[in-house]
Amino acid sequence: MNAAGFPLLSLITWLPLVGGLVIMCVRGDEETVASNARWTALWTSLIVLVLSLVLWVKFDPSDGGFQFVESVTWMPEYKVGYKMGVDGISVLFVLLSTVLVPVCILASWESIQTKVREFMLAFLILETMMVGMFCALDFIVFYMFFEAVLIPMYLIIGVWGGPRRVYAAVKFFLYTLTGSVLMLLALLAMWLYAGTTDIPTLLTTSFPAGMQKWLFLAFLASFAVKVPMWPVHTWLPDAHVEAPTAGSVILAGVLLKMGGYGFLRFSIPMLPDASAYFAPLMFTLSVVAVIYTSLVALAQEDMKKLIAYSSVAHMGIVTIGMFTFNEQGIQGALFQMISHGVVSGALFLVVGVVYDRIHSRDIARYGGLADRMPGYAFTFMVFTMASVGLPGTAGFVGEFLVIIGALKVSFWLALLGGSGMILGAAYMLYLYRRVVFGRLVKADLMHILDLSPREWAVFAPLIVLTMWMGIYPSSFTSFWESSVAAMVKHHTAALATAVKVAGGLH
Amino acid sequence: MNWTIALPEIVLASTGMAILVYGVLRKQDSAPLCTMFTIGAFLITALLVVSGAAGAGYNGQFTVDAFSSFNKLLLLAGAGLSLVLSIDWNEKQGIARFEYPILMLFAVIGMMTMVSASNLMTLYLGLELQSLSLYVLAAFARDDLRSSEAGLKYFVLSGLASGLLLYGVSLVYGFSGTMDFNQLATLLAAPAAASPGLIVGIVFVLVGLAFKVSAVPFHMWTPDVYEGAPAPVTAFFATAPKVAAMALLLRVMATPFGHLLASWQSLIVIMAIASMVLGALAAIGQTNIKRLMAYSSIGHMGYALAGLAVGTPAGVRGVLVYMVIYVIMTAGTFGCILAMRRDGKPVERISDLSGLATNDPALAMALAVFMFSLAGIPLMSGFFAKLYIFLAAVQGGLWTLAVVGVLTSVIGAFYYIRIVKVMYFDAPAGAFDRRAQSLSVVVAATGLFTVFFFLYPAPIVNAAQLAAAVIFR
Repeated sequence: MNAAGFPLLSLITWLPLVGGLVIMCVRGDEETVASNARWTALWTSLIVLVLSLVLWVKFDPSDGGFQFVESVTWMPEYKVGYKMGVDGISVLFVLLSTVLVPVCILASWESIQTKVREFMLAFLILETMMVGMFCALDFIVFYMFFEAVLIPMYLIIGVWGGPRRVYAAVKFFLYTLTGSVLMLLALLAMWLYAGTTDIPTLLTTSFPAGMQKWLFLAFLASFAVKVPMWPVHTWLPDAHVEAPTAGSVILAGVLLKMGGYGFLRFSIPMLPDASAYFAPLMFTLSVVAVIYTSLVALAQEDMKKLIAYSSVAHMGIVTIGMFTFNEQGIQGALFQMISHGVVSGALFLVVGVVYDRIHSRDIARYGGLADRMPGYAFTFMVFTMASVGLPGTAGFVGEFLVIIGALKVSFWLALLGGSGMILGAAYMLYLYRRVVFGRLVKADLMHILDLSPREWAVFAPLIVLTMWMGIYPSSFTSFWESSVAAMVKHHTAALATAVKVAGGLH
Repeated sequence: MNWTIALPEIVLASTGMAILVYGVLRKQDSAPLCTMFTIGAFLITALLVVSGAAGAGYNGQFTVDAFSSFNKLLLLAGAGLSLVLSIDWNEKQGIARFEYPILMLFAVIGMMTMVSASNLMTLYLGLELQSLSLYVLAAFARDDLRSSEAGLKYFVLSGLASGLLLYGVSLVYGFSGTMDFNQLATLLAAPAAASPGLIVGIVFVLVGLAFKVSAVPFHMWTPDVYEGAPAPVTAFFATAPKVAAMALLLRVMATPFGHLLASWQSLIVIMAIASMVLGALAAIGQTNIKRLMAYSSIGHMGYALAGLAVGTPAGVRGVLVYMVIYVIMTAGTFGCILAMRRDGKPVERISDLSGLATNDPALAMALAVFMFSLAGIPLMSGFFAKLYIFLAAVQGGLWTLAVVGVLTSVIGAFYYIRIVKVMYFDAPAGAFDRRAQSLSVVVAATGLFTVFFFLYPAPIVNAAQLAAAVIFR
């Protein structure tokens, strides 16, 4: 069957839903229901985390193919099967999702007080969809999970969000839905051409060059919205700002990675010619995103909005790395995605801590927090440094690799992309100075409390991860080295064939 | 003569007359018992349909095959569900009369005849029996002006459509000399044999049937009738008659006129596109949820017609799967709409749903499931309905339909999620009255189907496959 001997991936995927069913069955007065829902959700997500650690241990990094594969017939008349499996590219995203969900549940322990049961239910459904999406080895299964994520996220933003939550939720829903239905068309076209939606088969199918361009554009519509790339990023600041803290964490931590993962799983390996053809466009959009959104971030007055724009900039680095088509670039993009998932998620949690106490996200409302909250100041500093890309933290490795990869393509690309690091340092340090340093003059900040034990429990694993990724990155990069090498080789070979065919025609 | 082929219809008709006699002779309030008898009659008929043998009878006018059985079961399910939904509502509105289930029963016989028709004459008889019962049902709340208006409007427009259909039938007969589906299929096996007059006849038949499935541009009656008719009648209108009319359309287009695909395909494509677009755009501005459901049903019929436009067994299979999923989720949605009662009176504005998630979380969750499903968001069944249609459409090379289909589904999603928004994000309005057990049962059952369809789609898809295969000659 597979390395685990039982359908481990399906278990990880569907177990949260079982937890959700348990939560739905809880009866009693509101207080009991809320407390039961919290504990059930936490335990479910922790069990899922433990199961996914089995994946981490049993995964064989030397194998560049798919592992833990399970396959069940599902819609045989269209050769669509329920197929799950992970390779080096997807396995860490599964872990990223399963790590962030318990952290989020713990972080919303006290800040979510209304409709707790529904919140926890939505979160567990969200976990199922996210994990399922990263594990899916059938395009239709992938698409199902990809789009179904919208439902719980729409509700999380709309029900538990801030004042402009309705606008943000609807915008989020319609933007992403428009993108993903265009991907559905691409999916139909691929199915028609290849006769199957099995991803491993599609990876080895070579599509005609003219068709590839259309498919690439359809995928771009979907993934660019998710990443998000400039100029379709405008849903992100709204959604981030209005979502509750835990929602922002998942949005930044996992949902944005769905776009990047999509590029790596579909666009680049399946459509090598079109990817090469459109790479300059992708570089342009990414560089604009890096520089433009960094400047926008510099001007923000709202902490969450600032971090949201910084996410767009960091994801711009990711898309640069992926379209360099060399090992450093792609590995850097993967590393940057994982580290950004942890770090920006953590930054939203950092904002959430003071928001829970003061109920404001205005940078101007704060100042001098270091006096009253040394623990908080330390935590904030770790993640600020990681976001800036200080060597020794998670943020450095990814950006460094991407810049090396970009240098192989063009000096100017590396220079412009790298400028994001400088601008990033500017806006993050400026934010940190205004919030944490300075004189403590605001009356209500005089009695603000430092991190509680629960909040330490939220941040501790993230701090450990951030430092671990920065100090010993090869325990992460080793997972995808062989997969990425195989992918680059495949890409180069495909391009070489295309050139040969073109040469033969002339 | 093989008269037993129509046994389910005969049994249902005799039971219907027995219930009618019982209802008339019994002095006290006999509505609840008559309703129960009717539900029982539906169940027995369904069993007879399942166990009945395939074949043709009555000089080839009446056919029983996998296709007819599939659709009969589906329309019996739709009728049964909407009858269950009506029990509590009719009682509270004071229109619980014994004629109600009986009219529904006769409408169902008409529909079953339509589904089994293999002759243009049988087709017309079934259609008229159905329509006559539906006119009365639409006006069933006779003291309510809007209900009477709905009945009258439906009567006039439907009469017009019947006239067009009949004219088409006469043209087809005049130019081909037969009304039998199989003979027509043989005659028209070479498309060149079709005279222009015959093609005109087919167009008229198509128009008459398009009216029944409320495809654009023959949809005008739908919003008014949906809004005016009593809510359980609307639930009935949105389910069983749509199945029957769609099945009839499928069979007429596939069996006798299947070889003329090139002649009618573009018409269906245009109707499908127009229905999808209008269904998506016109629903945006609606404030009445029944009216919204009317436009939603127009849009959904557009998607179903897209499957017919492909003109292959795969396309017809897509339509059949679509109809199953559509009937179930529509019945569930109407279950939720019927539960919208405040202070003993039904309410039907979308804003009345404000904050339902706080007042009645279970109902809100169910309605949200149906809305996401109608919008076609996975993992809900509505997504698979559309997926099967789109797969068939691209297989048949109809990319325009697929592109328009996915784009209109985004526009449609806007108004479906607006209902979710009203329920979940808005401040609570007053709570609804306690909902009846019968509604909860229907909503729960249809909701579970909608959510868990994706686990095991094979039985329904395989049955649809068998049904779709038999109607092509």
